[in-house]
Amino acid sequence: MVFDWFKKVSKDYPKFWENYLENFEQEPSELQPKRYVVFDCETTGLDHRKDVILSIGAVAVLDNALIVNDSLELFLKQDLYKTETASIHGILKEGKEEKIVEAEAIIRFLEFIKNATLIGHNVNFDIEMINQALKRLNVGKLKNDSMDTDAMYQKFKGLQEDQHSTLDELCKILKVEKSDRHTASGDAYITALVFLKLKKRLDIK
Amino acid sequence: MKNSIAERIADFLKNFPPFFSLIYTELVAISNEIQVIHVEKNHVLFKIGDKTHPFFYIVKEGAIGLSVTSDAEETLIDKCDEGDILGLRPFFAKDNYLMTAKAREESLLYAIPIEVFKPYVSQNAEVLNFLLESFASNTRNPYDKENKGKLISENVIYTEQSSEIQYFQPISYTKTPITASGKDIVKFVAQTMSQSKIGSVIIQENNLPVGIVTDKDLRSKIATGLFPIDIPVNQIMSAPVITVPENISIAETQMMMLKHNVGHLCVTVDGTNKSKIMGIISEHDVVVAQANNPGVLLKQTKRATRSKELKAVREKLNDLIQNSLDKNIPIQHISSLVGEINIAITKRAVELAIEKMEKEPPTRFAWMNIGSQGRKEQLLMTDQDNALVFEDVEEQHYDDVKKYFLELAEKVTKTLHKVGYEFCPAEMMANNPMWCKSVTDWNKQYNSWINKPGEKGILMCSIFFDYDFIVGDASLVDLISENIFANVHNNQLFYAYLGTDALKNPPPLGFFRQFLVEEDGEHKDTFDIKSRALMPLIDAARLLVLSQAIKGINNTYQRYKKLAELEPQNADLFESCAEAFSTLTLFRTEEGLANNNNGRYLNLNELSKSDKVKLKNAFQPIRAIQDAIKNRFQLTYFT
Repeated sequence: MVFDWFKKVSKDYPKFWENYLENFEQEPSELQPKRYVVFDCETTGLDHRKDVILSIGAVAVLDNALIVNDSLELFLKQDLYKTETASIHGILKEGKEEKIVEAEAIIRFLEFIKNATLIGHNVNFDIEMINQALKRLNVGKLKNDSMDTDAMYQKFKGLQEDQHSTLDELCKILKVEKSDRHTASGDAYITALVFLKLKKRLDIK
Repeated sequence: MKNSIAERIADFLKNFPPFFSLIYTELVAISNEIQVIHVEKNHVLFKIGDKTHPFFYIVKEGAIGLSVTSDAEETLIDKCDEGDILGLRPFFAKDNYLMTAKAREESLLYAIPIEVFKPYVSQNAEVLNFLLESFASNTRNPYDKENKGKLISENVIYTEQSSEIQYFQPISYTKTPITASGKDIVKFVAQTMSQSKIGSVIIQENNLPVGIVTDKDLRSKIATGLFPIDIPVNQIMSAPVITVPENISIAETQMMMLKHNVGHLCVTVDGTNKSKIMGIISEHDVVVAQANNPGVLLKQTKRATRSKELKAVREKLNDLIQNSLDKNIPIQHISSLVGEINIAITKRAVELAIEKMEKEPPTRFAWMNIGSQGRKEQLLMTDQDNALVFEDVEEQHYDDVKKYFLELAEKVTKTLHKVGYEFCPAEMMANNPMWCKSVTDWNKQYNSWINKPGEKGILMCSIFFDYDFIVGDASLVDLISENIFANVHNNQLFYAYLGTDALKNPPPLGFFRQFLVEEDGEHKDTFDIKSRALMPLIDAARLLVLSQAIKGINNTYQRYKKLAELEPQNADLFESCAEAFSTLTLFRTEEGLANNNNGRYLNLNELSKSDKVKLKNAFQPIRAIQDAIKNRFQLTYFT
């Protein structure tokens, strides 16, 4: 990009972050269907200050379709490792999956999501986990719009703000078949199906 | 890179044809290119005339209905659910979809890109065969829920209409009509018509129809000297020509011809005279379309004066059955058509016999078909089972009267035998003095079966309780019916006997879901579909309608339909029995037609895998209905 160095006025960001930010400068196209990315992070725990990401699963949704080959599945190397959560998510410290360091995972995640609207169940937690990792890379926070499937369901049913539903409950209500729960890409896939059903019901374009 | 989602989809696909013919890594590679589509209820995936999609589809969850349109009426022809494939058309044809696919409930579909799948089709003969077979042939029974793993073809236009199905079939016609320009000279047009042996020529301008010249025009306008022979043809043509769209049905063709009082119709792209000529339909096409049609056969039967003519009708009936099966007309429609024709043949045989007797019947009588003929379930040539009832007469005349009717019955059964209905080996025919008697004697007979239901009596019940009036005086048969229903009402002992009899054949699958085959004798290792699968359903239906005092419905399929109507809480069970009965009848009929026998013994080795699955699925309602009977008539205490 010719104008690249004009923008680097305030702070000298790394290249990956520049690339990521550029996605948000394009005008949204009317002709192309809006891209959604449904994602889920498996983490060592629920404390975003202490816990870290173990794996990320993400898949794109266009219109009424989930695009299988537009998906991402990452397993992270880590130093902090709790044996008690391994029984839930099944990721062993030295598992057979190819593992990458957190920085590389985050870069690949940003490359994948681009300016898509992020979808997740309790998505704010997952976004916060990513933001913490971004902080460790000394860059800004995620810029993407986001939608939470829990909030979507509340809206669809007219529930109070404090009436929350778990992903398992939504699966049951919306008749989404569960399997592979508690792997990041398994949960991302299930959440994506929940999202497809809610999206149609709420008539979201 | 690892893709757990693709693996999960591959895990689903590997259970269904044709995917199970592929290795797992291939399936994962295919799954990686799939889109998971969510469709809400009533969403149209594609409709007739739509450009084909770059995908074909497999149903993951939910149900998609496939329908076709004929005469502007939409007819559902199949329902695809989990594991069923649809939208194969782009594999084989470049044109547009010929069916409409619409979600009947909220569904998830896997959309598989044609381009991704094509290499596997060309490399793998099994996959190719499966797709080709499925595309070329329609499913056996469009209403068969057990059709798992069988694909739906989208190249067959098929419409289901009650008894006059053939009427609603699209008519076939001349697609390359000979045309002439309006400026052509009459004489040359007439010469062309003579050479081509045709009775009409469409007059076109720029490929649009402007008129028609027929033999009638030449006769009334030229041959009479009204016009000279060397004028341009547009001076004598009939205009405008009546135009119709493509895919017009036989019925509508006839209506158009009657309405406009013409013998020819011009087919154009959009049905108006402002679009391109596509063909011509003549009255002859209508006649051809109706050959072998049930109405024609019925008419032939009524006009027959000799058994030979009746035999010709019965032989054509086999063609009618085969044609109807090929056209995927539901088996219960075929059954009722064939039943009507069988009745007409029997009726005519009785009428002819009376003529031959040279003496009018001494009193009123009724001829009844019993057993499978009485149930109108006789698709193939099987035995004749019949009986005769005559009005009560004074005792001194009884012997003479009976003698007359036995003689008459002898003639009738002989005629039927000539036509092709074998004599009943157990002599359950009206020429047997046992089964030719007065109303009072019949009532005594039935009462003894009902009140002293020994094993022999029960066997008789299974034959004589399915009776159908054919010819004579129907009120005599009504007298018998009234007596039966009065006697069986709340007769627990009789029901218990009938129930036990209905359970004598266990469900036809062994513990490991293998078929129970005949262990010895002539039919060793074949599957006796009649006694192991059809009879349990027939016996159960008979018992249930008797206990519900349902009169006048003798056909097993219709009996279950009626039961479903009367007992909404058990409707699912009865509907599934009706469907299973249809499926099993279809198997037997196809077996019989293929081997020119009664189709009773299926050779399991000749069945495809999906046919076997379908058969097994049809067995499931048998177990369910037997359990229901056990409970309803408390047979556990009885046996």
